Amino acid sequence: MTTTTTARAATGPGKSTRAAAPSGKPFVTFEQANRRLKWALLAPALGFVGLMIAFPLVFTINLSLTDAFGAVNAGSSYVGLQNFTDALTDTRRFWPAVGRTVTFTLGAVVLETVLGLALAMLMRKAFRGMEIVRTILMVPLLATPVAIGILWMLILDPTNGIANHLLGFVGIPPQEFLGSVSQSLPTLMLIDVWQWTPMMTVLLLAGLTTLPEEPEEAARVDGANAWQRFVHIILPMLRTTILTALVLRGVDALKTFDLIYATKGPGGGSDFEAETLNVYAYGLTFDYQEYGLASAVLVLFTLFIVAIVVVLRRRTERSAS
Amino acid sequence: MSATTSFKVLRGVLITVVCAVISLPIIWMIAAAFKTNVQVTDPTVGLVFSPTWDNFRNVLADGALVHSFGNSMLVGVVSTALSVVVAVPAAWAVGRFRMRRTGSIVLVARIIPAISLLVPWYYMFAQLGLVGSHLVLILSHMFVSVPLILWIMIGFFESLPVELEDAARTDGLSAFGAFLRIALPLAAPGTASAAVLAFIFSWNNFIFALILADERTMTMPVLLFNFMSYASTDWGGLMAAATLMTVPVLLAAIFGQRFLVAGLTAGATKG
Repeated sequence: MTTTTTARAATGPGKSTRAAAPSGKPFVTFEQANRRLKWALLAPALGFVGLMIAFPLVFTINLSLTDAFGAVNAGSSYVGLQNFTDALTDTRRFWPAVGRTVTFTLGAVVLETVLGLALAMLMRKAFRGMEIVRTILMVPLLATPVAIGILWMLILDPTNGIANHLLGFVGIPPQEFLGSVSQSLPTLMLIDVWQWTPMMTVLLLAGLTTLPEEPEEAARVDGANAWQRFVHIILPMLRTTILTALVLRGVDALKTFDLIYATKGPGGGSDFEAETLNVYAYGLTFDYQEYGLASAVLVLFTLFIVAIVVVLRRRTERSAS
Repeated sequence: MSATTSFKVLRGVLITVVCAVISLPIIWMIAAAFKTNVQVTDPTVGLVFSPTWDNFRNVLADGALVHSFGNSMLVGVVSTALSVVVAVPAAWAVGRFRMRRTGSIVLVARIIPAISLLVPWYYMFAQLGLVGSHLVLILSHMFVSVPLILWIMIGFFESLPVELEDAARTDGLSAFGAFLRIALPLAAPGTASAAVLAFIFSWNNFIFALILADERTMTMPVLLFNFMSYASTDWGGLMAAATLMTVPVLLAAIFGQRFLVAGLTAGATKG
């Protein structure tokens, strides 16, 4: 956001000087130069994304109002909002899945933000080996989630895994990890933290480098210690970057599928212990062919995500102005 | 002075610990790929052992892995190339004609859960007889990479000084000519980083191929997933396959770190 404003501020005055330049030749701005050009260039991208979204959206909303079940082209009839009431009154699968989705996202993203920010602050000033550390940071966030899931299954294997072996050294009894109902979700959150904290660090580090140094210097001269400078100077200046990073990571965390499905399989395990909304909707659709109910769940899920993004973006805009 | 020194030591220790936590699981994966199946399931065998190529030999002897590697490459390269062609001119238009609101419609594509699109896509492409084809995988992956490239490149074009293109236009180039001859060459580094990221996202994509691919067009993540379902005891083979999957990504991280950071943060530090 900061960069955008500066970029706009930079082009703004530039434009007015050009317009006022007494060159004699009337200057044609880009906007005037070719009105049709911009739409010609935009059309393929917007058309493609629009088509890929518009039809599915209409299709899904339509399906959510029917009792579609079984084969994709089997007949179905409209049942009004029945699927929505079914979902919203379902305390066995739907609401627990909502709870797990929120728990997973909040837990993982909060940890990732705190750890990511701490690491970004540590890496803020140049040090020897900085390039190597930055390269290491890139690996988890670029690695294939399915491969990462399988790798952690090996590490966390209750009997043969290295994790329990290492815990044994510090006197902690062997844990079940992904094999247990109660530990599955927290374990998945920790794997998510391992994979995505570096992403937060990379984003926040980029934000930190755009901050001006003067306010912090002034505070230092006034005798503020490192913690006070962090809380009262850096944190407020970094607010927009933090909120943007939260939106980006939060949306992806809400939709986490690959990791959960690869490690826990359909239904998020035998007791649905890791079943989030995405995994639930996937199971309803492709394992049970309950297209009507699945579409209702997906419509609710999409509305939920959109609401969160809208609220967070409004906050971002407010903090930017 | 001593406070600064002790801070530097503490910082060094902490950063080392973090790097170890991040890289050890990956090192463990690569090490396991070179272990016998007895060694893989014995946690007392650490990182010192006599390596074997057997796991790689086994997974490569089964043609399915090589075939799916080819599928992933084909889908990744073609979907990325087409996305660059579609998204880069659009990004320039959004950046230069200041149509950010129009551009941000594409953000919607990032927000919607992929699964809510999969059933309609499946239905739509089944009617066209395309399910299981490479084309349908390419199109679905483009749905991710077009918005990604667009998002990165809008920021990139906005940061290029418009004066260069203005000068070219006063010298007689059209707006489109200025884009082709001036902006596009200057945007090459940004395009490269956006393209590499788009390829990696395609390479890693699991859910689209899980539904839209068949035996013949299966990509590597799906193969890996299936491989695990019925061969869950062959950890060595699994880790060899996972290592092969991760190699291109590791190479990208090592050789393109700066590029990739620029791409990843492009959308974030701008609004």
